Amino acid sequence: MADFEIPELNEYTVIPKLKEGTMAHSSPFIAKAKFQEPLGFPGELVDNWEEAVLTKMDDLRSRYRGFQVFLDSCVKCGACTDKCHYYLGTKDPKNMPVARQDLLRKVYRRYRTFAGKFFGALGIPGFVGAADLNKEVLDDWYSYFHQCSQCRRCSVFCPYGIDTAEISMAARDIMDTIGMGQKYCNEIIGKAQTIGNNLGLPQPALVDTLEGLEEEVEEDTGVAVKFPIDQKGADILLITPSADFFAEPHVDGLIGYAKVFHEAGVSWTMSSHASEAANFGMFIGSYDNMRKLSLRIRKAALDLGVKRIVFGECGHAWRVAYSFLNTLAGPFDFLDQNYPIPQHICEFTYDLIQKGGLKLDKSENDHMTLTFHDSCNVARASNMGNKPGGQIDIPRAVIKAVCNNYVDMPADTIGEATFCCGGGGGLLTDDLMEVRVKGAQPRMEAYKSVVDNHGVTNLAAICAICKAQFTKVLPYYNFGMTDIVSVHQLVGDAIILTGSEDDVDNDASNNSNEQ
Amino acid sequence: MSASVVYALAFYAATAILVIGVVRKIVQYAKTPAPLKIPTMPAPVTQGGVVMRMASEIVLFNSLFKSNKWIWIFGWMFHLSLLLAFFRHMRYVISPDSFLMPIIGFEMVQAFGKYAGFAMLIGLAGLLVRRIVVDRVRYISSPSDYLMLLLILGIAATGMMMSFVSHVDIVMLKEFMLGLLVFNIQPLPTDTVLLVHLSLVIVLMVIFPISKLLHAPGVFFSPTRNQVDNSRTKRHLAPWAAELEADRKAGE
Repeated sequence: MADFEIPELNEYTVIPKLKEGTMAHSSPFIAKAKFQEPLGFPGELVDNWEEAVLTKMDDLRSRYRGFQVFLDSCVKCGACTDKCHYYLGTKDPKNMPVARQDLLRKVYRRYRTFAGKFFGALGIPGFVGAADLNKEVLDDWYSYFHQCSQCRRCSVFCPYGIDTAEISMAARDIMDTIGMGQKYCNEIIGKAQTIGNNLGLPQPALVDTLEGLEEEVEEDTGVAVKFPIDQKGADILLITPSADFFAEPHVDGLIGYAKVFHEAGVSWTMSSHASEAANFGMFIGSYDNMRKLSLRIRKAALDLGVKRIVFGECGHAWRVAYSFLNTLAGPFDFLDQNYPIPQHICEFTYDLIQKGGLKLDKSENDHMTLTFHDSCNVARASNMGNKPGGQIDIPRAVIKAVCNNYVDMPADTIGEATFCCGGGGGLLTDDLMEVRVKGAQPRMEAYKSVVDNHGVTNLAAICAICKAQFTKVLPYYNFGMTDIVSVHQLVGDAIILTGSEDDVDNDASNNSNEQ
Repeated sequence: MSASVVYALAFYAATAILVIGVVRKIVQYAKTPAPLKIPTMPAPVTQGGVVMRMASEIVLFNSLFKSNKWIWIFGWMFHLSLLLAFFRHMRYVISPDSFLMPIIGFEMVQAFGKYAGFAMLIGLAGLLVRRIVVDRVRYISSPSDYLMLLLILGIAATGMMMSFVSHVDIVMLKEFMLGLLVFNIQPLPTDTVLLVHLSLVIVLMVIFPISKLLHAPGVFFSPTRNQVDNSRTKRHLAPWAAELEADRKAGE
């Protein structure tokens, strides 16, 4: 099935002995000039790249406090060394968070600290953890900063909160600046900035897809559930990852959102201008690009005259939405201030369930026993509701409201300690399949434990990347590719639409019970 | 030049390097904006909550506790004993009529400070053994990482020698230290163990602002720990990011 070894799944997490260089060959395709230049990056490696690296590093140090503090503060205690799913799955020591940071930190120390300059001049920079910048170091950066999904698991366990995601974003920004960008991310950002979504689906294609979905749902339920797009004057603008328009199981989630909005009786719309929740500008650490993509959402909201913005199921998109959107594209003083800006679809559905606004038949999901995969960017980089931890509790509350059989995976693999799916942070590309499969090992191990011990049959998630990644990697570990489901697919399947046949039957039987 | 003068000058130089170096770093950290909200979630939603979170990190090493109980116990033992030893040492530099003296002179402070030395040795030895024995930690260690532990072990060991084995003339030492504070150099006892102890402390002071010991001021400025989770309700905008908005107002 693969030309690399699939890691074994143990009964509990085993910290491997390190094996140097196991992933040194892993490197994504480099972005060609046609993908680099539209984003404001040079088309190929610039001549004076050594100097350009240091200039960009200084620029970032002066603009990002976290970057500067994280470069200085690491004491090499080792607390993070066994926390990264890529280290656990590959055994490559450069995938230990501190070692990954050190790839960049050693250059900072060599050229920008007294200790590094002093021992560098003596010819022994390594004495103080410094190193000369050369092509070999740069190649290591390109390889290993593309083996980090920016999931922040390491930052939970660091006594100083050092976040490798910040270092890896900075490193990618530096590499873009010298002409060494990654094809996958930069091509996608270009599409999102010109066409409106990562997949490059133009407006007519979206309209066509959505009409197809309307027909499908009506055929299925007998109820005309709408999937509106570019509808001026609607109350709610739904921003959802473009994978929701056609990929499996994503599209079942989209059907779920439409059913929820239908039952809530709200007017809503999607936008072809901002037909993408994902924001790969974050993955490449580019404030400018992240901001440009966010401003498309602002423009869509203004043009359509909506009162609220709701986000669909997407992990890093929710991080950008929850944590950064107000900064990047706010203030949203033109929206209805009585609702969270923006709101997550799980918050919307949860509130509606609390108010008794949904008729649900949990038994529709009885053929499954579910567990929930906390997506890293939701669990560790965002929130839902207004209490800390809502991002962990609310999706579970929604699932439990629509399913009878639910079991959590082991405690040290969920919540704030959740393991990444292995495909986040701009790694969801075929040229990185080996690191994606190996990086999924800790999550697969946790999943296997509930499959074996509690008869779990399916894994639910609220992230487009997680869903796509699991569809690909589950089979490598002998699970079914359809084990992964959308949370709003579960919701959608359990909803009894008002006026549908089930609804009529239900009312009839209720009435007969009463008599 | 007598040893007293050499040590006095070295202390002045080291203090200047330590203070100027650390203040410069603190100013750098304070001045550099954190343009995005990046607290590691779940995070407190109020400023008061952040104070509690920071306190639990700084006093109890909460995140380290979650991570690894061995590093936590050794690291925490070491830092706590360092604090106790620091309090004990205050009596060598505080004038007898200072209002602080009764507190510092309190039997408990002195006794805890004295015996903390053992805990410090155990903590440091534990960290050193881990650095050598655990393959992952060995991989990320540079010579300076080992030497820093040995340096502090040396300070602790010589300090304990003076407490438990060969006492030095503490009254004379105090005269020297109090003299330093008013630029009046008094004779320093010349016991080898004391001179080694003081030399190592001077080295520690000098390397502090140019090494990973910056984790001490750094932790207070870590945005993943000190930010409030309120990005939806309060707009967070760095000055350089605000400048970018000029184009947007025009375009809207």
